[in-house]
Amino acid sequence: MLVRSLVIAAVIACLSALSSNTVMAQLAEQRLPVALEERAQKLFVELRCVVCQNQSIAESDADVARDLRTIVREQIASGKSDQDVVDFLVTRYGEFILLKPVLGWHTIVLWVSPVFLLLVGGWLIFRAGTSQAKRVGATLSQAEEQELAAILSKQKER
Amino acid sequence: MTVELGHLALILALSLAMVQSVLPIVGSKVNSEKLMATAGSTSIAIFLFLSLSFACLMWAYATSDFSVVNVWQNSHSQMPFLYKLTGTWGNHEGSMLLWVLILALFAAAVAVFGDRLPVQLKANVLAVQAWMMTTFLLFILLTSNPFLRQAPAIEGQDLNPILQDVGLAIHPPLLYVGYVGFSITFAFAIAALIEGRIDAAWARWVRPWAMAAWVFLTAGIAMGSYWAYYELGWGGWWFWDPVENASFLPWLTGTALLHSALVMEKRDALKIWTILLAIVTFSLSLLGTFLVRSGVLTSVHTFASDPARGLFILLILCAFVGGALFLFALRSSKLEHGGLFAPISREGALVLNNVLLTTAAATVLIGTLYPVIYEAITTEKISVGPPFFNLTFGPLMIPLVMVLPFGPLLAWKRGDLAGVSQRLLFAVACAVLATILVFGFTRPGPWLAPLGIGLAVWLLVGSFAEVWQRAGITKSTWRNSVHRLLGLKRSIWSTALGHAGVGVTMLGIVAVTAYETETVALLSSQETTEINEFSVRFNGYRTATGPNFNEDIADFEVFRDGASLGTVSPSRRFYPARQMPTSEAAIETFGFSQLYITLAETRPNGSVVVRIWWKPLVVLIWLGCVLMMVAGAISLSDRRLRIGLPKQAQPVKAEAASAG
Repeated sequence: MLVRSLVIAAVIACLSALSSNTVMAQLAEQRLPVALEERAQKLFVELRCVVCQNQSIAESDADVARDLRTIVREQIASGKSDQDVVDFLVTRYGEFILLKPVLGWHTIVLWVSPVFLLLVGGWLIFRAGTSQAKRVGATLSQAEEQELAAILSKQKER
Repeated sequence: MTVELGHLALILALSLAMVQSVLPIVGSKVNSEKLMATAGSTSIAIFLFLSLSFACLMWAYATSDFSVVNVWQNSHSQMPFLYKLTGTWGNHEGSMLLWVLILALFAAAVAVFGDRLPVQLKANVLAVQAWMMTTFLLFILLTSNPFLRQAPAIEGQDLNPILQDVGLAIHPPLLYVGYVGFSITFAFAIAALIEGRIDAAWARWVRPWAMAAWVFLTAGIAMGSYWAYYELGWGGWWFWDPVENASFLPWLTGTALLHSALVMEKRDALKIWTILLAIVTFSLSLLGTFLVRSGVLTSVHTFASDPARGLFILLILCAFVGGALFLFALRSSKLEHGGLFAPISREGALVLNNVLLTTAAATVLIGTLYPVIYEAITTEKISVGPPFFNLTFGPLMIPLVMVLPFGPLLAWKRGDLAGVSQRLLFAVACAVLATILVFGFTRPGPWLAPLGIGLAVWLLVGSFAEVWQRAGITKSTWRNSVHRLLGLKRSIWSTALGHAGVGVTMLGIVAVTAYETETVALLSSQETTEINEFSVRFNGYRTATGPNFNEDIADFEVFRDGASLGTVSPSRRFYPARQMPTSEAAIETFGFSQLYITLAETRPNGSVVVRIWWKPLVVLIWLGCVLMMVAGAISLSDRRLRIGLPKQAQPVKAEAASAG
């Protein structure tokens, strides 16, 4: 059953590989040649529709989103790199337009924290492990040894 | 009159909550059974008063009493009756009343079902619960009173149209039961810290409450996700929207809590950590409430923004979280360390689970709050959107999924990794086969997706390894095996189903993310467009009038291999009272996959712009959640949890009496 549905999914994906894939295609918008359009679509997902609530310009039907898509396509068609396009939009709209924040001093905490926290977690476990090993190795005090001996000898007497 | 009655009941509930905040605690300090026992009856009374209050508000909504400001702002006399009722919590004031009602419901449940709890613990738990009820009732009465009157108006301003939907009608109550359910684990943690004593029995009492809350939270999140999928009209199922994150955060730490409480119950270890998780989980629920209710985040869901309210909730948040963490810092060092274990053991696996889940939660938390804090400090705006979360949250989940099937197979204290790996060989084989098959069939498709599907299959099959082996399916007759399957402990079933549920959800996520297809077409009447093996014919559109909206309905006939599969009718609605349009998608399910059709635009000449998605295996995303919920329910039905401690106190007492 599972394998069957997997195969079906695979077949469907195969069939659709030729047509436009996954991302939004907007009607009546001039599309670029396939290779360039693919780059444009990738950028659409990472750019915020500045007037919408938490939507990328790939998803939004707003006029601003439409204009932004046109700008991105124009820039790509004129031979600019992805980074150039992003830089251009940031100078125009600010970093707010980037759904994927840049890596810089002002976002270092954001980007580094997952790795940092994972390391802290690992270190805490390691420390707990070593302190646990110490507790395992702990021996009885002299008084406790004597008490133990006393109990054991009592049991023997019985 | 009923409105004033509701208002009065609310005030009475507040005064009782104040009493309950003090008497039981004093009782436990001076060891007075009588004072401690008051908590039980006040809890039930508060719940009854709040139920009455809520019923009164609902009545005002049902009868469209527009002399009540809250009803006037959020209802409409022409609205379908069901949405009039659910409109009660479709707004800030009403939903806060629901929040407190559920808080009281849980306190009453502890009062009624907690008769095997130690008297002191129960009294303290109920007192802590009363502190929360008091503050939130004050919040409602001072800043968000739903019972305020005005000069009667003729017509209401209508409920936000996107909230007029069955999915959203049940989404908030489910989510709130989940959120607020964790208040009980929080109260247990605080009570334990106040007493300075905690043991394995504590975990045994807390686990069913945490499990119940978790089941509802899972349901609430899944429901919210499905609602967004079909109602918002662009077919997304998760947006990393701040409000979604707010509900996802307590889910992540709540999941960690369930697992660490298990270690605590069985092995008496991870006590301090479990207490901390109990505090953190409810703190995140409070934070979620703050984020949504204060309007500090601008997002699809935020429909309340008032700085006074925000400040009030922020104060509540700081008081409870700060107070709890302070108490934790004071007392946690006094808690004893428990059982020892080797790194390769079931405890070890559960610790890894906890580290990854809490790191993931912290990542989501930082990503959600970063723009808010950044703007507060620099007054500049930045966005942290889905690309960030996919890049950080995803990689954290991969090791979790890879290690997950090992966990339940490892022995407590010291596990045998080689032996367990051997038992998982079949799952590895399935995963590799799935990866190769998918990769072969989708060439030249994305190469990460087949790996993702392989990983999901690994989890799905690996989760059942224990069930499979305990039943001796390959080694015994089938009759024998079935008999053994039915006789398995429920906890084993629940573990297997819960973990498999994660695998199922993951399968759906990978499939729909990698292999979804979409087409947009401008169609005149009788024109056809193709998507995958389907062709969709436009049969014309018509207009219709609903109770409080007008709509354009388009009819499409779907064909596969020339055979008609029936007609679907997506529509665009317009709600005049709020001047808002909504889009109603038409969704056809084929197996686990869906054809998703929305009407983007209707043109005067009778043609339409239609947008069609093929979403492979998308249903699995929510089916996996259902499996997780079923797993939780099975765990809750486990006799050993339901009964709690073995009943042995009475005979001992009787003996002592006769001996004395």
